[in-house]
Amino acid sequence: MIDWTYSEGVYELTLATPPCNEIGTAMLADLRRFLDQVDPGAHTLILRSGLRQGFCAGADLRELYRGLSDAPKDQHAPQIRQFIDAIHGVMDDLDMLPLTTVGVVHGVCFGGGFELALTCDVLIAEKTARFCFPELRLGIIPGFGGIPRLRRDVGNGLIRDLLLSGRSINAKKAQAAGLVSQVVAAGEGITAARALAAQTAKFDPTARKAAKAFIKQLPKDELLAERELFVRLAEGPALMAALKRFVESTDLRPYLP
Amino acid sequence: MSTTLDTLIRLAAKRFGADPAQLRAEDDLFERLGIDSFQAVELISDVEDEFDVELPDYELQGIKTFAALAQKIDARR
Repeated sequence: MIDWTYSEGVYELTLATPPCNEIGTAMLADLRRFLDQVDPGAHTLILRSGLRQGFCAGADLRELYRGLSDAPKDQHAPQIRQFIDAIHGVMDDLDMLPLTTVGVVHGVCFGGGFELALTCDVLIAEKTARFCFPELRLGIIPGFGGIPRLRRDVGNGLIRDLLLSGRSINAKKAQAAGLVSQVVAAGEGITAARALAAQTAKFDPTARKAAKAFIKQLPKDELLAERELFVRLAEGPALMAALKRFVESTDLRPYLP
Repeated sequence: MSTTLDTLIRLAAKRFGADPAQLRAEDDLFERLGIDSFQAVELISDVEDEFDVELPDYELQGIKTFAALAQKIDARR
């Protein structure tokens, strides 16, 4: 589930779905519900996790496996496409909100969770944060718009390393690469985000919105290409085999790439 | 001067509330510290920070003991 508060122009949206805010149909519906009611007069959105484990561990692989297992094979591609289209809609809308959006990240920020964080205008990482794209292990690529968004922000060398190795990087490395702009001590992320929100409140709304629109555009062609490639790869046998391994794994460390 | 292994054990003990005197080089650190994958991710970040190294996850696959992890840290310094 997700929860939000709204006070003096600031939304605080908190992800709180155990074990680590996996993104499935329920989370997607909650995010859509949030987006559909956003007050255009608001100036800041703070996006954070209320769970100790981290920001978000990515797509809900167990739900995905169940959904695909229950459906006839010829329905896999349409089912995946429907979910991907819906998630792209949510991610694009978050990305383009006429508010200053601040992501506060700690602990695990993997796969779809990383992609969600990348929709934010400013990322504040606590020192415990780790970022990675483990999707190749599943025979797919990140499908929630992550690579085009990362490419918008950082150099291609780091993207290739992350995409092709699946390894995770810490907050310090992410800051050095320009992926996050502020690193704070564990537990201090929300304080830093609220301070930024207070600063944002001082700005003229027209100038603030224009500045964001000027510097941050949707990489539409790449997002579309990513969606098509993702669906094509997801139709292959590698995804179902990897999902089965993940779901049936008794390894204590399934999240380690 | 303390060795990488000593520092690693002290670091892990501090983060997870263990007694460093009870941790041994050849202990399975996951079992000994009773940590899950999320906590392991935190430990990797702590280690990278403390030793100023980068530890790619794929190099840590199969690493179970403090001694083996200390070796990996030294190889990256």
